[in-house]
Amino acid sequence: MRGPDVQWYVVLSAILFSTGAIGVMLRRSPLIILLSVEIMLNSANLLLIAFSRLHGREDGQIFAISVMAVAASEVVVGLGLIVALGRRHVDLDVDKLRTLRG
Amino acid sequence: MANFLVWVVWVVAAFASLASALAVVSFSNPFYSALSLIGNLASLAVLFLLLSGEFVAAGQVLVYGGAVMVMFLFVIAYLGDKTEESPWSGGPSWQVVGAVLAGGAILAEVIVVVGLKAGNFLSSPQPIGRSFGTPAALGRLFLTDHLLAFEVTSIVLLVAAVGGVVLGAHARPVDEPSPESHART
Repeated sequence: MRGPDVQWYVVLSAILFSTGAIGVMLRRSPLIILLSVEIMLNSANLLLIAFSRLHGREDGQIFAISVMAVAASEVVVGLGLIVALGRRHVDLDVDKLRTLRG
Repeated sequence: MANFLVWVVWVVAAFASLASALAVVSFSNPFYSALSLIGNLASLAVLFLLLSGEFVAAGQVLVYGGAVMVMFLFVIAYLGDKTEESPWSGGPSWQVVGAVLAGGAILAEVIVVVGLKAGNFLSSPQPIGRSFGTPAALGRLFLTDHLLAFEVTSIVLLVAAVGGVVLGAHARPVDEPSPESHART
């Protein structure tokens, strides 16, 4: 295997995951929270593919593709909720969304 | 020489992904955040290529960088100007300090565990054949060993599509007066 060993990928993935987690904790706009969740999912994907390469088996890549499909579904539902909020002229701030009653 | 080139590509892609991830978290305008997430996804696709995941890299660019991000940008443009303050402006609050501490704790735990438990194991990857990560190999695996995961994924996508339609179709503006109340007044 040319280039860096798998532990470098692990470290990079950990940094990306904690960056996304900090974004989820800090930001108040639900749009940016969704974007930060995407960063976290992608760092998990990077780790899956790195370990798939380490073991020389493709099962990790299969798992990564499934994660991608789940992430796309999550974005569809999340953006649908955000658009529904925007149409009702609700303030897009997760600290102010206290009830789920329509 | 080839090894050196791979290292250079890796370092550039890794720093690009880190910088764009920080930009996603820091930008006050969600539009800029979404644009820098596209950069993050593209540099991760480069890393996938270095790990011989050709099909996953192509899927990353097509599905994420294409479809998902276009949907994000459409929704952000539809909602209009939703700029909020950057989390770093206005001095450190307890929320910023707590979130950064929690993120640093996750990072430190992962690195300590990997350093203690998996040092030599991680630097000896198994040899792979030429067909590793190609669409043909992944497709065969998907339709033999992982058929259940494949079918469940299709159901998840169907449910998400139905959910998106339901959420989009039934959301009416509530502050508009309905015809009956208008007729009564």
